[in-house]
Amino acid sequence: MPKSLFEKVWDAHAVRTLANGQTQLLIGTHLIHEVTSPQAFGMLRDLKLKVAMPHRTFATVDHIIPTDQLVEPYRDPLAQAMMDELRKSCAEFGITFFDRATGKQGIVHIVGPEQGITQPGTTIACGDSHTSTHGAFGAIAFGIGTTQIRDVLATQTIALGKLKVRRINVTGRLRPGVYAKDVILHIIRVLGVNGGTGFAYEYGGEVFDRMTMEERMTVCNMSIEGGARAGYVNPDETTFAYLKGRPYSPTGAAWDAAVANWKSFSSDAGCHYDDVVIIAAADIAPTVTWGINPGQGISIVESIPDPAQATAVDEKSSIEEALAYMKLKPGAPIKGTKIDVAFIGSCTNGRLSDFQEVAKFVKGRKVASGVKAIAVPGSQIVALQCEKLGLDKILREAGFEWRAAGCSMCLAMNPDKLIGDQLCASSSNRNFKGRQGSPTGRTLLMSPLMVAAAAVTGSVADAREVFAVNN
Amino acid sequence: MALAKITSVTGRAVNVPGNDIDTDRIIPARFMKCVTFDGLGEFLFNDVRKDPKTGEITNHSLNDARFKGATILLSGANFGCGSSREHAPQAIQKYGFKAVIAENFAEIFFGNSTTLGMPCVTATREDIAKIAAAVEANPATEVVIDLVPLEVRFAGQTIKIAQRESARDALVHGRWDAIGELLDGLPAVQTTAKKLPYLAA
Ligand code: SF4
Repeated sequence: MPKSLFEKVWDAHAVRTLANGQTQLLIGTHLIHEVTSPQAFGMLRDLKLKVAMPHRTFATVDHIIPTDQLVEPYRDPLAQAMMDELRKSCAEFGITFFDRATGKQGIVHIVGPEQGITQPGTTIACGDSHTSTHGAFGAIAFGIGTTQIRDVLATQTIALGKLKVRRINVTGRLRPGVYAKDVILHIIRVLGVNGGTGFAYEYGGEVFDRMTMEERMTVCNMSIEGGARAGYVNPDETTFAYLKGRPYSPTGAAWDAAVANWKSFSSDAGCHYDDVVIIAAADIAPTVTWGINPGQGISIVESIPDPAQATAVDEKSSIEEALAYMKLKPGAPIKGTKIDVAFIGSCTNGRLSDFQEVAKFVKGRKVASGVKAIAVPGSQIVALQCEKLGLDKILREAGFEWRAAGCSMCLAMNPDKLIGDQLCASSSNRNFKGRQGSPTGRTLLMSPLMVAAAAVTGSVADAREVFAVNN
Repeated sequence: MALAKITSVTGRAVNVPGNDIDTDRIIPARFMKCVTFDGLGEFLFNDVRKDPKTGEITNHSLNDARFKGATILLSGANFGCGSSREHAPQAIQKYGFKAVIAENFAEIFFGNSTTLGMPCVTATREDIAKIAAAVEANPATEVVIDLVPLEVRFAGQTIKIAQRESARDALVHGRWDAIGELLDGLPAVQTTAKKLPYLAA
C-alpha cells in the first residue's frame, strides 16, 4: 500500500497504543527554549524523574533575549531569571544548550535546521506552536504544551492522536516579486485560520519543488496559523544539499546511508490523502494582512474589506471587530496605509536569504522619516553570515537598526515592543491584538521585501513598484 | 514509575467562600511570566490577600493564622472558571493544598487538577457549610476525603461527596497523569528507537 510521508514517519515512531486509544509516539528530537520548559523541568524534579534521552533534547534562548543588550545581567530581572533557569536545567540534566557564548544561539526554529539537527523522516517536538517550521525537511514537527514537554523529557514520547493529511499543490510558477511568505498568507486566506484543524499539511507541486529550504521553512512555519499543527514538504536534493556538512549531519558512509533512508520516507505515488487542494501560483500576489488574524489578508492591489459587503453574519462581525481594532477604513486601498514601525525578523523571515533580498533592494535607499525600522537576524550564525556579506552595513546605512539575534518584536516578551497604537509592517507570523507588546499595537503581516518597501516609503506599498522588481 | 494511588486525603481545611472564583483571581496573569510553577504558591489569591492599592494584608481566610497548614480548600460554585491556565491549579497545589471541595468546578480547571493528582470533589452547599462550621469552631479539625466510599468525615460527622467516575478511577488507580503510562512504555520506546538510524547511533 502506498503511504504518505506522514504515515511512514508516524508508523516508524509509534511505540504502542495507549489505553485511551492514543498513540505513544516517539519524539526523536526535542527542542526547548526558556519560556515553556522551566516549569516542565520543575515537574520533573517534583516527580524525581530523569531525562530519558538527554542527547535528544537541544536548548536555546530566544523569546526573552534583549536584542540590544549582550551583557548579562539583563535589565529585566525576570528575563535574567529565565535565562539562569534554563542554563541550570541544561547543566543538571546534561542537555546541549546553544547559549549566547556558543555563537550558535538563535530562535529555536532557525537553530535546529542550521545545526543539521532537523532531519527528514524524524519526529520533532518543541513547546512552541511554530515547530511546524521543521516540516520543511520532511519531518513531522509540532508544538506541545508544558506538561507534554515534561513527558518528552521523561520518556521521549507523548500521547497523541493521529492527524489527517491534506495535500496542497501549488502549481505553475510564482510571479516576480511574490515570495514564500505570500504563498502561505495566500493559502491561509483561502483555507482559513481553522481550515487545517486536525490536519497535517503536505505542501508540494512545482512551486515547492523550486523553493529553497529557507523558503520552504517560511511556508511550513505558518502552517499553525492555518490551524494545521504540522506542515511538511517531501525531502529532495534541495533538502540533502542544505543538510550536507552541517554540524549534526551525518558524514562519510553514514551520510550516504542517511540520504537513502531519508528518501525512503517521501510520500509514495498514489498514496491516500484525506484532502487535496490545488492552488495556481499565478493567482498569488504580494499579500498583506489588514485584520487581527493571519487569514485576514488581501493582495497589495486590493481594498480593505467592507463589512457592509459581507455575505455571512459571522464574516460581517469579524470584519467589524478587526477594523475597529486596526483603525482602518473599510473599502480603502491597503496601499498607502501609513506605518510607524518596520520589523524584519522572526522564525518566519529572519534567515540569511531574507536579509539578502532586502539588502539587494534597499541599498542606497533610506527609511522614511518618522519610521522606526529594525532588522533582527534569527540567529547568531545568520547575523555573522549577514555581517560577512556587509548586509548589516547596507541596512544600517538605509536607516535600519541592526540588532542581536532573538524573537524581538515578534511577540515582545523582551524590550522590543510597539508603543500605543503604532502600526507595524512586520515579517513575523501573528497579527493578534496586542501581539507586539502594546495592547493597542497594530500589525500588518507581509514578506520582508514588502516590509522594506513600507519602510522606505513610510506606508504600505507594492514592493514590485518601489524596487522595480522584475526577476 | 507508579503514580500514587490517591484514595483519600486527610488534613485540616480552610474555607474560601464565594461563587465563580476564577483563575485570574486564583493567580493573577502577571505572575505567569515565571520560570517554574514552584513559586506560584506564594501568589495564590494574591490580589485578594493583599490590597492592590495599599499592599496591606486583607482579612482573607488564607491570611488567618488559625488556618495555616490547611491542605483542603473549601469553596462555592463554579470554582476555577475563566482562563484555562494550568498555573491556577498549580498555584493551589504549590501553596500546599492536596484537594478542593466545592459545589462544582469549571471543566478545564477540573481536568488540570486531576492531572496534577489533586482531587476536586463536589458536595452540597449545606454540607460544605457544615465542614466550614466545624473548622471555624476548631481549626485543628481533621477532615478526611475518602474517594472509595465517596464521603467526607470530620468532627464525628459524615457527608456524601461526588466526583466524575473517570477522574475518580484515574486517581484511585494511580493513572491520573499520562506520564505513568508513558513511563511504563519505556522498554518499548527503546525498541522503537533502536530501529531508527538517527536514534540508534
Ligand atoms: S520568532 Fe515569534 S513566532 Fe517565532 S518562536 Fe519567536 S516568538 Fe515564536
